[in-house]
Amino acid sequence: MGKPVVATVSMAGCFGCHMSLLDIDDKILQLIDLVEFNKSPIDDIKKFTKQCDIGFIEGGCCNSENVENLMNFRKNCKILISVGECAIMGGLPSLRNGIPVKECLEEAYLNCLTVDDKIIPNDEELPMITDKVYPCHEIVKIDYFLPGCPPRAELIWEALSALITGKKLELPYEVFKYD
Amino acid sequence: MSTSKSKTKAKAKHDVKAKAKSKSKSKSMKSSKIRFEIDGKECTAKPGQTIVEAARDNGVYIPVLCWYEGMEPAGICRMCMVKVGGRTMPGCTTPVAEGMIIESDVPELEDMRKAMVEMLFVEGNHLCPTCEKSGNCDLQALGYRYRMMVPRFPYQFPLRLVDATYTKIMIDNNRCVQCRRCIRGITTKDGRHVFAMTKRSGKSTIVADRELEAKISDALAKKAMDQCPVGAILKKETGFALPIGRRKYDKAPIGTEVHK
Repeated sequence: MGKPVVATVSMAGCFGCHMSLLDIDDKILQLIDLVEFNKSPIDDIKKFTKQCDIGFIEGGCCNSENVENLMNFRKNCKILISVGECAIMGGLPSLRNGIPVKECLEEAYLNCLTVDDKIIPNDEELPMITDKVYPCHEIVKIDYFLPGCPPRAELIWEALSALITGKKLELPYEVFKYD
Repeated sequence: MSTSKSKTKAKAKHDVKAKAKSKSKSKSMKSSKIRFEIDGKECTAKPGQTIVEAARDNGVYIPVLCWYEGMEPAGICRMCMVKVGGRTMPGCTTPVAEGMIIESDVPELEDMRKAMVEMLFVEGNHLCPTCEKSGNCDLQALGYRYRMMVPRFPYQFPLRLVDATYTKIMIDNNRCVQCRRCIRGITTKDGRHVFAMTKRSGKSTIVADRELEAKISDALAKKAMDQCPVGAILKKETGFALPIGRRKYDKAPIGTEVHK
């Protein structure tokens, strides 16, 4: 049996959770021994080249591309993990929830003081913005959740290694935070 | 003769009264300790103490949200629901009675409390990373206590307003859990309430009396912020006073200061 394959993605997030993954410091060497990375911004593989075991999802769904991406992850990964506040509840981008999309776009592209060309971008190349920012588990089934903004490096490491080695996850209180 | 008779009668009456007095005194002495049991632990309480207070005095933590030490209990949040004789009842408003057998730390109640925390998280807009109260928030600390990874209910994302037009404080209705600690606990020296509830049902919100609020001391504004279990009331001008790592619930879970 080969090493478990991990894929990662950052959707409506800030890459902070990926930074926190890198924040495991020298344990990254152990991680490389433990797993193989597939589609991920870490190794810059753009498309799934094989079936993966673990999908690491950062960020919620704020547009059609995010939704497609997430569904693609669900299809190609055995286990999906929502990592961080944005994937779990929409996070900072979800501040727009409750405000109609039209109002948001007008504020950003027409009424904002620093806007030069007053045009709302509408190119077919651009993904459509969803009516609100969706938590990932409201789009597809998510198996595990790691809260935090970002989740502490120790939490990510402990959770990943527990998942890979099959040992019980024991978390100290200080590691489990929502901020 | 008749006068002396009446005198002795009166004396006898007085004696009986005195006896009754001493009897009631001895009875009250006896009842000054109410014995009860909570999760199998033998405890004692003072007469008139509520279950939550008595449990705290005996080193047993019952999770609370709307209850605040020294404040008249209101029984709003239902976090402190305990079981007495198979019936669930709020621990913060129920007085302890002699021989009561209380269940608190049982899986059924703990899951119910966790569900209530989750409901509060989805009902408002609780974005911990953007909140100044993060780390000092009772609701968040209860989330940590129950290891809430994700609420089991769908997020509501209600549209609520932030009112920063006050002088000393600001009110963020996105975070308000309507525990009414601010209404009950924050009064001026002449006993006037600074906060009140407006509108009804799902639309009800906390407001402050603008005239009174503009005149409150910094200490009272800070007290209002500290007594708010969430980040709905924030004191203006100072923010993020404590760094991460030194906040109230950074190192130890909520309830550890009570639990023995």
